[in-house]
Amino acid sequence: MSELNAHALTLAYESACIIEEMSLTIPDGQITALVGPNGCGKSTLLRGISRLLKPKQGSVLLDGLDIWKLPTKQLAKQLGILPQGPVAPEGLTVHELVAQGRYPHQSWLQQWSADDERITREALAITGITAFADRPVDTLSGGQRQRAWIAMTLAQDSDLILLDEPTTFLDLAYQIEVLDLLHTLNVERGKTMVMVLHDLNHACRYADFLIAVRDGQIAAHGTPADIVTEPMVRAVFGIDCRIIPDPVTRTPLVVPVGKANKHRKVQPSTNGQHASETALELTKEISL
Amino acid sequence: MAVEKPLKPTWITLRPRGLPFSYRLDRRVPLVALALLAFTLAVLVVSINFGQYNMSLLDVVETLLGTNADHPDARNFNLVVHTFRLPRILVAFLVGAALAASGALMQGITRNPLADPYLLGVSSGAALVAVALIVWLRDLPISLLPWGAFGGALLTAGAIYLLAWKRGSSTPIRLILIGIAVQSVIAAMTTMMLLFGDINDVQQAYVWLTGSVYGRNWEHVHTLGGWLLVFLPVAFLLARSLNTLNLGDETAKGLGMRVEWQRGLLLVVSVALAAAAVAVAGTIGFVGLVAPHVTRRLVGPSHEGLLPVSALFGGALLVLADLIGRWVIAPSELPIGIITAMIGAPYFLYLLYRHR
Repeated sequence: MSELNAHALTLAYESACIIEEMSLTIPDGQITALVGPNGCGKSTLLRGISRLLKPKQGSVLLDGLDIWKLPTKQLAKQLGILPQGPVAPEGLTVHELVAQGRYPHQSWLQQWSADDERITREALAITGITAFADRPVDTLSGGQRQRAWIAMTLAQDSDLILLDEPTTFLDLAYQIEVLDLLHTLNVERGKTMVMVLHDLNHACRYADFLIAVRDGQIAAHGTPADIVTEPMVRAVFGIDCRIIPDPVTRTPLVVPVGKANKHRKVQPSTNGQHASETALELTKEISL
Repeated sequence: MAVEKPLKPTWITLRPRGLPFSYRLDRRVPLVALALLAFTLAVLVVSINFGQYNMSLLDVVETLLGTNADHPDARNFNLVVHTFRLPRILVAFLVGAALAASGALMQGITRNPLADPYLLGVSSGAALVAVALIVWLRDLPISLLPWGAFGGALLTAGAIYLLAWKRGSSTPIRLILIGIAVQSVIAAMTTMMLLFGDINDVQQAYVWLTGSVYGRNWEHVHTLGGWLLVFLPVAFLLARSLNTLNLGDETAKGLGMRVEWQRGLLLVVSVALAAAAVAVAGTIGFVGLVAPHVTRRLVGPSHEGLLPVSALFGGALLVLADLIGRWVIAPSELPIGIITAMIGAPYFLYLLYRHR
């Protein structure tokens, strides 16, 4: 098990300060989602705690050790990071891509051990992409491609996996496919996950712990049920909303009001009725 | 879950028992490598056979194997084969192998399939020094030329790398842009020297600039061969890192790679290979660009197979180009660099046509 902490972390590009004196602890064995409006610094924060960006001040500790003082490969064995929208070289097969995840376990002479072989196979199987292991990554659908990259991070065999917007650029069906996979990895493999998510409702559904970031500061943190409230959404995202229980998962479901709808009376149009009836039926079905 | 077909890796694993060594190669590599070797040997025999002094193909093979010592012309055969024709053909092979491997490394490092071994100014740096030696210091012994060219190549590459360095990193795009800028300046200086040089010297300089293996001997074979024996294995061992680097700097860092260190190391190997080739044979173009390109289509993008097969392909290409160069206007000969340009340019037109 691994514990990841940040202490008074200050992150900056050039001279512009993005994150200022932030301290946080990533809960072990859980899925943590970093949420917040565009440009709030959530992706920068993820880069900061994964050693992609050197802090101006403060430190990031993994099991009490500064991640900038650990040998790079040793850190990579404990902490995997999947950057946003990675691109595989043309013609690279899924199997070869996933095999790259073994990099930190290899050396100049020992480049492909029996363990590498076995763990790569496992990663393919868990993510359900064994069937197209010999296909080039660039010929896959968006969801399959993202699963291949997740499999690569999985082959790295780290307890902690950090993901920067793993669902961006994907259709809704693929977003759910990817989030379900990450959930499975957390439950069945005990992987601690930290991910930046755009969609607050996805975050409420799939994350055990939320960290809401605004203007380089933590605006709120805790379980979705505890912290996702109408004032919090207004403070962090700057929008009015209603919060209702998700008919499927009972987690908070954020329904934005929006200026256009502010004064609209709820009319039971035939269409709307139909939709709400369906939702009701669905809720019944699930409670059965 | 549906029944999945059994997983068959796309590679072959080399894992000798009892040795702390393992390596994996694309499964197409052995066949392609064997085919290239066979082709090279065939062209080699034909190439040795070709020339003013007539001898049969069988005589060539027997002389190479040393099985015709009792033949009445054995001494002539030996002279023609071992002293005149074999060394220059071997130099052509080694130069091709060095340039192709260097080009494959450079394309991998910059993630740009149009990069070539001369991206870091190896050719322009070598050319500047070589032309300066030929045109200005005419009394200098010609044997100093390779060393001068080698030095010029390394200095220019080092300068470009340092200029591209910014805030602890040297991104591929900075390497490419600074490379172009520095090379333009050096090329201008070279052209200026050629403009004001004596016409005979300038002609000699031009032959060197085009690239030629004319009159190269065993000494060149040994120097270049030794150089390749050191740097090619290092390149092969670094192939795995190059694959990882190809996934992007951030992914590579996430996998625990010290990106700048590995990239620097790869650049040193690439430049060393190209500089050695240029020092021996001048600036031969297109091999370092075309060979990795074609090879990628044959054995895929993983560098464990791409690097050695590129080297074989580049070697084969230059052995063939050397034969063509001696054949087209025999008994005169065209410099090998002209032939590679004539083979390389149409290949790129073909690529352009295919991608439309």
